Amino acid sequence: MSADIRKIAVWVEETHQEIGKVISPATRKAVAVAVIANPFAGRYVEDLTPLMDIGAELGGLLGDKCVAALGISSDQAESYGKAVMVGENGELEHAAAILHPKLGAPLRKAVEKGAALVPSSKKMGGPGQVLDVPLGHKEAAYVRSHFDGIEVRLNDSPRANELMVAVAVTDSGRPLPRVGGLTHGAAEGIDGLR
Amino acid sequence: MPEVKIRKIVSCTEEIYHEGGPKADTPLRRAAVVAVIENPFSGTFAEDIQPFMEDLKPLGLEMATRLIGLLGGDPALVEGYGKGAIIGAAGELEHGALWHAPGGYAMRDVLGGAKAIVPSSKKVGGVGARLDVPVTHIEASYVRSHFDSMEIGLNDAPRANEMVLTLVMTTGARVHNRAGGLQAGKIEGKDGLR
Repeated sequence: MSADIRKIAVWVEETHQEIGKVISPATRKAVAVAVIANPFAGRYVEDLTPLMDIGAELGGLLGDKCVAALGISSDQAESYGKAVMVGENGELEHAAAILHPKLGAPLRKAVEKGAALVPSSKKMGGPGQVLDVPLGHKEAAYVRSHFDGIEVRLNDSPRANELMVAVAVTDSGRPLPRVGGLTHGAAEGIDGLR
Repeated sequence: MPEVKIRKIVSCTEEIYHEGGPKADTPLRRAAVVAVIENPFSGTFAEDIQPFMEDLKPLGLEMATRLIGLLGGDPALVEGYGKGAIIGAAGELEHGALWHAPGGYAMRDVLGGAKAIVPSSKKVGGVGARLDVPVTHIEASYVRSHFDSMEIGLNDAPRANEMVLTLVMTTGARVHNRAGGLQAGKIEGKDGLR
């Protein structure tokens, strides 16, 4: 089953100043969202394989959209994240089926490598509700400068029978990181943690 | 003349494939570019504010040019437009009115004409405020199929001393438009209305 996509939205934000300090080059984050029909809305279905396949399809599609929106080559991506908001006729498990089994591999192809776990969040919600997508360094989860998040919100999504699937990619960490920890430059990127 | 201090620039695009009806052959695309800038008049009553319109012209042109890029790079694809402003709480609604001329004329510049008035909305708001930016046809305001809007907003803007300025463009009619009225193919294109 491929996704019945109603809408795709892409959001890019560049931060040029923070608390009066100029950020150069600007830090940049992108989030791409697909609003799709939930094939299992309103009923209990045991086998969620079709949603896992949709996850694979959207991981690649949305990852590519983010990289294109940032105008970077895939190896320049530094952090990533994913999240799903399930419309009220669905089930939280539908979000899990999209996010966890198969979405990661094609997303990692889109951002080149990606040894680290893709941080995620999921919730149930209605049109206009906020979905916060967590962000973490794509090669080493402990890189502290890249712990971040990006908010996405569409006034018309998700409707009751829909799923809102979000993938976020950045080419940078927070604008003024200074809380220490493992740095981007010191990350080994072998075990996904350090 | 005050310098335009940009804290953030956001771009967002939506591709709308359907809204419960038949899938469009070509999805409707909407795009917004949003700039978060310092409000040079915040906290004071300044009588003479008009010189800032001149200062905003390069930003308007930059934003309008980015919009064309977001929609595929060809100005001929653009059929609808709109603009808006959210003024932070230490400012005044009148400050938002400074965006009318530089925002509107910048879009007309890059579109090579466009006779219809650019619809707009503005308000005073805090961080997280949302603005519904009205959209109408670029050549004839009465084209009913192109009456639309796009919601914008950022979780971290406008701070009290900031203003959020936005321009919006679309590539066509509402995806399932069927409410009648003047059709885009019947435009006379003389007065900007019909």
